[in-house]
Amino acid sequence: MSRVRLLVGTRKGAFVLTADGTRDDWDVRGPFFTGWEIYHVNGSPADPDRIYASQTSGWFGQVVQRSDDGGETWEPVGNEFAYEGETGTHQWYDGTQHPWEFARVWHFEPSHTDPDTVYAGAEDAALFKSTDGGQTWTELAGLRTHTTGEQWQPGAGGLCLHTILIHPEDPDRITVAISAAGTFRTDDGGETWQPINKGLRSRELPDEEREVGHCVHRLALNASRPDTLFMQKHWHVMRSDDAGDSWQKVSGNLPSDFGFPIAVHANEPETVYVVPIKSDSEHVPPDGKLRVYRSRTGGNEWEALTNGLPQEHCYVNILRDAMAVDSLDPCGIYFGTTGGQVYGSADAGDTWTPIVRDLPAVLSVEAQVLP
Amino acid sequence: MIRVTLPQHLRTLARVEGEVQLDVNGRPTARSVLDALEESYPVLRGTIRDHGTAERRDFIRFFACGKDLSCEPVDDPLPDAVATGAEPFRVVGAMAGG
Repeated sequence: MSRVRLLVGTRKGAFVLTADGTRDDWDVRGPFFTGWEIYHVNGSPADPDRIYASQTSGWFGQVVQRSDDGGETWEPVGNEFAYEGETGTHQWYDGTQHPWEFARVWHFEPSHTDPDTVYAGAEDAALFKSTDGGQTWTELAGLRTHTTGEQWQPGAGGLCLHTILIHPEDPDRITVAISAAGTFRTDDGGETWQPINKGLRSRELPDEEREVGHCVHRLALNASRPDTLFMQKHWHVMRSDDAGDSWQKVSGNLPSDFGFPIAVHANEPETVYVVPIKSDSEHVPPDGKLRVYRSRTGGNEWEALTNGLPQEHCYVNILRDAMAVDSLDPCGIYFGTTGGQVYGSADAGDTWTPIVRDLPAVLSVEAQVLP
Repeated sequence: MIRVTLPQHLRTLARVEGEVQLDVNGRPTARSVLDALEESYPVLRGTIRDHGTAERRDFIRFFACGKDLSCEPVDDPLPDAVATGAEPFRVVGAMAGG
C-alpha cells in the first residue's frame, strides 16, 4: 500500500507526518531545526527522499537543509543567494525606490526529473536555481531585472516570490508569482520573462488593470492540464486557460474571495479548493467558521466543506503555502493553520480530521506519495 | 588559542558543544577570528556576517571582557585577554523577537 508523507514548515521548526494509504493514523516526527522559521519543505518528484528545507532566522539569516533519506537526517548545503550584476531598486512602502536585499527563501520547487535541480523563490523577489543539490545557487536574473522591476512593491509579508510552477512537459516553461508584482512566465528556461496579468483587477492600484503590482497570493495547477492555472489573488479567485495569457474571475458564490492558498485536486482538473478569509484587514475566517470551499466546476460554483472543521470560535488563518493535495484515489487534501493545527481529508474534502493540533504556526504543507 | 562562544542555534548548526577553539595567526581581530571560525565551520558562513559584504548581521553582537565590541572596527586588535585565551570572544544573538 502506498504511504503519504507530509512536510510541514512552521514558525519554530519542521515536522514530518507519515501515514499509510488509509491516512487514518499518522506518525509525527519533529521538530527539526527547533526555534527556526521553516518557510518551506519540499521533496523531489524524481526522488521523494530528497527533500529541501528553507531554514531562516532574523538573527542568523538563511540556511538550506537537505535530506537524502526522507527527512531522517539533514545536512546544511549552500546558503549564498547573490543577486547577479547590478542590484537595482524596487518600489518601497513610501513610494521611493529601495535596493533589492535578500532576506530569505520562501519556496523550493524541485525539478520533475532531476533531484539535484531545484528552484528557490526569494524575498526580495528573485528566482534562483541550483543544479548540484543545493550546494550553489545562481540567480535567473532576467526576472528581477525585468523592465517593470522598479514598480514591484512589497506586500505586508515582504516582496516575496512564493509560487513556482514548472510545466510538466516543458521544463523551460516556468510560471512564478510575486507579492506584490503579479504573475510572470518564462518560455526559455528563465532567460526572459513576461508579466501575465491580463484580466486581473486590483482596486488597491491607481490603475486597477496595471501590467504589474497585483498581489497574487498563490497559483495552482493540475499536471494533466498544465495550461489551466488557478489563482488566489489578494481579493478574487481567478482562472486562466491559456497558461496565464488571460485571466477570468471565478469567485462566484464564495462568502469572501479574499484568501491565501489555492489547490487543485490531483485527479480532477476542474476540482479546486480555497479557504475564504473575511477580508484583507481581518485575516480570520468569516463568522468564526473554518470552511474549505470546493468547486467541481473549475470555479464559480462553490460548496462549503465543514465536516470535521471547527464551526464556531475559530479565528486562525491559512497561509499561502500551507495547503496541499496528494495523488491517491480518493485524493487527500491537507492544510495547516496559524493556530498550529494540520487538518487532513482522505476523501477529497468531504470529511476532515486534525492530524496534529498544537504545532507552532504553520507556514507550509507539502504532500508526497511514497511507494 | 582563541576561545569563541556561539549562541545555541549556531552551536547546533555547527554541531559543536561548548566553546570553539581556534588558531589565529598574528594579533587577533574580530575579522581574523571570524575568518578562522568560518574556515573551520563553513556552515556558519552567512549566519554571523552577510555573504558578500562580510558585514555583521543586524541582530548579532560581539562581546569580550565585559565590553560590546560590535561596532568597533573589525581590524582593531582584540583585548589581550582574548588573544591569550584567558577570555572568550563572544558571538551573541541580540535580545529581540519571540
